[in-house]
Amino acid sequence: MRWRRLSLGEQLQFVASVLVPPRFTPERVRYDRRYRTIDKYRFVAWFLLLPLVFYAIFVISPFLQAIWYSFTDWTGGATANFVGLDNYTKLWSDEKFWDSLVTSLTLLVIAPVVTLALGIFFAYMITAGGRHRRNQAISGVVGSSFYKVVYFFPQVLSIAIIAVIWQRVFSSRSGLLNGVLGGVGLEGAEQSWLGGDYKLALGATLVVLSWSFVGFYVVLFSAAMGAIPNDIYEAALLDGAGRATTFFKVTLPLIWDTVRTGWIYMGIQALDAFAVTLIMVPKHALKVTPVYLYNKFQEGQLGYATAIGVVLLVLSMVFSLLVMRVGRRERIEY
Amino acid sequence: MSAQVQVAPDGADSPRGAGSSGVEGERPAHGRVLNVFSHAFLVVWVVMAAGPLLWVVITAFRSSGEILGDPMGFPTSLQWENFTNAWLDANIGKYALNSLIILAGSLTGTMLLGAMAAYVIARFTFPGNRAVFLLFAGGMMFPIILALVPLFTIMDNLSLLDTRPGLIVAYIAYSLPFTTFFLTSFFQTLPSGVQEAAQIDGASHVRTFFQVMLPMAKPGLVSIGIFNFLGQWNQYLLPLLLNNENESSYVLPQGLATLAISQGYGGDWGALFAGLTIAMVPVLVVYIVFQRQVQAGLTAGALK
Repeated sequence: MRWRRLSLGEQLQFVASVLVPPRFTPERVRYDRRYRTIDKYRFVAWFLLLPLVFYAIFVISPFLQAIWYSFTDWTGGATANFVGLDNYTKLWSDEKFWDSLVTSLTLLVIAPVVTLALGIFFAYMITAGGRHRRNQAISGVVGSSFYKVVYFFPQVLSIAIIAVIWQRVFSSRSGLLNGVLGGVGLEGAEQSWLGGDYKLALGATLVVLSWSFVGFYVVLFSAAMGAIPNDIYEAALLDGAGRATTFFKVTLPLIWDTVRTGWIYMGIQALDAFAVTLIMVPKHALKVTPVYLYNKFQEGQLGYATAIGVVLLVLSMVFSLLVMRVGRRERIEY
Repeated sequence: MSAQVQVAPDGADSPRGAGSSGVEGERPAHGRVLNVFSHAFLVVWVVMAAGPLLWVVITAFRSSGEILGDPMGFPTSLQWENFTNAWLDANIGKYALNSLIILAGSLTGTMLLGAMAAYVIARFTFPGNRAVFLLFAGGMMFPIILALVPLFTIMDNLSLLDTRPGLIVAYIAYSLPFTTFFLTSFFQTLPSGVQEAAQIDGASHVRTFFQVMLPMAKPGLVSIGIFNFLGQWNQYLLPLLLNNENESSYVLPQGLATLAISQGYGGDWGALFAGLTIAMVPVLVVYIVFQRQVQAGLTAGALK
C-alpha cells in the first residue's frame, strides 16, 4: 500500500513505531510488509544516537570551534570578536613562539629517526640475530619474547609517571644518571642535566621520548618481520646474501609500509611531547609549542592559544603528507 | 590489516624457534661474532628499559636521607613507612581510587558505545553509512591539544567541569574514534550466517547484538579493551584540563606529577618513590600476565 493512501492515524503509527522499542510497535505496523525496513532503521538510529551525540558534542564541535576561535580575540567571556588573521600575524612576530617551534621541530625530525632506527635494529636482532641452524634460513635469538616483554615496559606506563621517573633519574643531587657516572669513575661527566641548559634539556627530552617508544616499535616491527615468509629468506641465503644484505634488500623493503606508518605516528608523538616537557623540564630551560599553547590558555588568551593549536594541526598534517610522499615506494605483495 | 596484527605477534618467533638443534651453519666464525654482538646490544637495552624502573622500586625502600646521600645504594633497612606515607599522607590511595572509579565508568561506556556504533556501521546498509564511518575515522587524526580550549568551555557550560561524570564522558568521547574504527573492521570479518540465523529464529536486532554478535567479537573486544584500559588509566592531558580544581579529585598520573613538585619542597623523597612504585607495579604485573594480548592490543593502534 502506498504511503499516501494511509490514513493520518496509520501514518502516525508508522512514525511512532520508529521511536518506540519493538515491543510497543502497533499491530497495524507490525504486520505491514515494510516492517522489516522500519525495524532496521529504528535499530540503526537508536544504536548510533548516543555515540554520535557524545562524539559531536565533545570531539567534533571543539575542533570546529577551535578553528573559528583562532580568528577571534576571545578571552573566555561571552563575546569573541572576529579579528581576521591578527592572531596569526602576532604569532609570526612572537619570538617565544618561534623558540618553542624550533624545539618542537627539532624533536619532530630527530626523535622518529632515533627511535625507529633502534626499534628496527632490535627487532631484526630478535627475529634474525640468532645463530644459523640447520634447515633455517634465519633464526631468532634465544629468549626473544623475554626481550620484547621487557622492552615494552615503558609503553604500559603513563607518560606522566615516566616524566616523573626521568626527572628523578636526571636529578643532579640524587639522580640515577649522576650516580652511575660517579660509580664508574666519570665524576667529570656529571651534570645538572635539567638545570637550565637548553641543549641538555633537549637531549634529555629526546632520550625520554625514544626510551618510552623503542619497545613499542620493537614489537611492531618484529611482528611485521615475522609475517615475511621464510622461503624469501631461504632464496636470499641460497643466492649468497649475508645478514646485512638480507636486511637491506629483503627485510627493510618488505616492512616499509609499517616503517612509514610508525614514522608518522612517532613524529606526531614528538611534536606533542607535552607531558614530558611540562613535568620533567624546568620552564626556563626549554619549552615546546604545546606547552606554550597551554601557558597562553592559562593566561586567558584563548583566541591566541587556539591559533597555536591550528598551527600544530597544520604542521602534523604537512609532516604526515611529507612522509607519505618521501617514503612512497612500490608496494610489494607477498 | 587488522587481521595481520592479531596473528603476527604469535607468529613472530614460533616458526623459527621450533625444532632446531643449534647446529652451526656454513659461516660459523662470522655468525658467532655477530651473535655475541647482537646479544650484547639486546642485553644493554634490557638494562636501559628496566633499569630506571628497578631503581625506582629499590629506592622506594630507602629513607629520604639515604637517597640524598647516595642515589645508587641499596636500602639498609626496608622503609615500609614510605609506602604508608605515600598511600595516606600523599593521598596516593585516594588518587588510585579516583582513577578506578573514573575507569569503571569510562571503560564500560567506551566499549558499549563503540561496539554499538561499530556493529551498526559494519553490518547494516543505510544512507550515510560511509559518512558516519569517515566521521569517526577522521577523529583519529586530530591532535587533542587543538580541541583543549573549546572543550574546557563546553564542559564549563554543561556544568561538567571538575566532576567525575564530566571526565568519564570526555574519556569516552575521545576513545570512540579508534574504538569504533577498530571494531568496525572486526565486525566486518564475522560470518553473516549466524546473524541471519538469529533473525530467522525471531531474535530482535538488539538481542542478536548482545547475545550473538558481541560474544563472537570477543577477541576484538579484548584487544581494544586493553588498549582503552591502558590509555584511560594513563591519561594525563584530559584530567589536567578538566579535573584540575581540587586536589582531592585528582587521578593517579595527575596526583604523582603534583607530588613530584610538592615533594621537591617537602623533601620526602622516599614517599615519592613509593608512590611511583605503587602506581607502576600493578600495571606492570597485569601486563606481564597478559603480555601477548597487551602487545597485540597496543600495536594495533599504529596500524590504523
